[in-house]
Amino acid sequence: MDARIKLRNTKSVLFKALIIFLAFIITLPLIIVLLYIIKMGVVQVNWNFLVHEPTPEGVAGGGIANALVGSLLIVGMSSIVAIPVGLLAGIYLSENPGTRLAYYAGLCVDILQGVPSIVVGIVIYFWIVKPFGFSAISGSIALAIMMLPIVVRSTEQTLLLLPDSLKEAALSLGVPYHRVIMKVIIPCGFAGILSGIILSIARIIGETAPLLFTALGNVFFSTKVTGPMESLPHLIYFYAKSPYQDQIDQAWGASFILLMFVLILNITTKLITRRWNIQL
Amino acid sequence: MSVKNKRLDLSYSQMKWETIFKRILIVMSVVMVLLVVGTLITLIVKSMPTIKSLGIGYLWGKVWDPVNNVYGARPFLLGTLLTSFTAIIISTPFSYAIAIYLGEYNTKGWLSNLLKNTVELIAAVPSIIYGFWGFFVLVPIVRTFETKIGVAPYGVGVFSASLVLAVMIIPYAASLGTSLIRMVPSPLKEGAYALGATRFEVIRSVILPFTRSGLFAGILLSLGRALGETMAVTILIGNTSAIGNTFKDIFFGPGNTMASVIANEFSEADHDLYYSALIELGLVLFFVTVVINLIGKRIITKYTNK
Repeated sequence: MDARIKLRNTKSVLFKALIIFLAFIITLPLIIVLLYIIKMGVVQVNWNFLVHEPTPEGVAGGGIANALVGSLLIVGMSSIVAIPVGLLAGIYLSENPGTRLAYYAGLCVDILQGVPSIVVGIVIYFWIVKPFGFSAISGSIALAIMMLPIVVRSTEQTLLLLPDSLKEAALSLGVPYHRVIMKVIIPCGFAGILSGIILSIARIIGETAPLLFTALGNVFFSTKVTGPMESLPHLIYFYAKSPYQDQIDQAWGASFILLMFVLILNITTKLITRRWNIQL
Repeated sequence: MSVKNKRLDLSYSQMKWETIFKRILIVMSVVMVLLVVGTLITLIVKSMPTIKSLGIGYLWGKVWDPVNNVYGARPFLLGTLLTSFTAIIISTPFSYAIAIYLGEYNTKGWLSNLLKNTVELIAAVPSIIYGFWGFFVLVPIVRTFETKIGVAPYGVGVFSASLVLAVMIIPYAASLGTSLIRMVPSPLKEGAYALGATRFEVIRSVILPFTRSGLFAGILLSLGRALGETMAVTILIGNTSAIGNTFKDIFFGPGNTMASVIANEFSEADHDLYYSALIELGLVLFFVTVVINLIGKRIITKYTNK
């Protein structure tokens, strides 16, 4: 009898050990990738690298200023499109649960969240690039579509957590509905909404596939939003296939910069959610 | 009197704004629906030429040769299924382990938080970075491995792509699994403990059966990610539409997935049929990921409402 209990206990301990081993071993690839990118990238990054355009292939020197500015512009424009739309749709979903429109809109947000990024690229190609040509704007709209579901869902989730009494108190004072939302509900849920927005930016800043057929990429420095524009992830993709060693080196540098953006944005989200105790 | 009128005007304008605001909310929600419907219609209309001229046989056609206007999607279907399912098989034990560890063994404290944040970080790293790293670091290692086991040492190919994909999709199943395991009612677990069950027995015969459908939904969501993943796979899979004949050749040799062939050839497509053949792949991809995601979400809502 004792032997059986011992066996069961040993089994239990062994299982725990296995679980711990499996759970922690899988962080190893991530750590290796991060350290490798940092090791290869950090030596590339200096002032010249950040403020210069690329030199012609095979010529040493040059930087990634075109991609850096392009990425910030494209992501900025996507935010301008996606944040208001996502915010308002999120408010609708949390304010009108149970209506038919809320059901279908919610369903469509779920669908959008799962749409492969390359498909978004194709669709925007037909909607915007075909009639107007390759442009940074078309890339921004593609990325905005990727951003929307995250903004909508985080807004909705945050607002659902707020107590109804808040809204009722404001309404009973005779405050009009839109002012209740704008001056009471949104400020109360601000931290949650903000962290959702930052998270969505962190997600799209590394997206490459929707930009392949929209913003296209550009070897020159350009701030013309109606023309093709380079972006960090596209530059990495383009340079990764390059036969020239210094372009590959620059891709490591660009990866490092991109990684830092993503890390900083994610850590900011973490700090906000921890400070305000929000579950996303 | 005049003061009163002013107030009345003000409240009328407020009421007007209230109506406008409500309308705007509705319009923005309709935008969500329109985006999805528009995507579907665009994909269907643009892939019409292929659907009409090649029919359903296109999806199982063996040869993809745009130069001679021969289109068959089998290499890409096989490539997508093979990479995704290999990735799922590799990643599932790890996602379950993370879910059980964070959901049952260690739910609070710094170590638990550290692991949780690290796992979430896996999903945050852009896929292009995984691809780029994989191409220069993982591929040489895989090449050495392939030489050892005696297959053609391409390095790039289905196998490399699956490995990277497996790591990339872990967070989706793991974080869902964690929250579901935490939701298992403690009276159930306590009952089992009171009967003298060990921790392993509680996990095996209470927690896992209770969360089974939820964990399955997590796997589905991971699968949805894997099917549509583009950049990392495009860099690592080797991009050839002519795949081998035996399973070993296909698995270790270069290939193509639906997403990677679109990424590679969409800008090169020079005539209508070629275009629409690629778009039909996008349509299939859209359809499959939508169905998988909706089933997954449905299981989750059913589960969390219970």
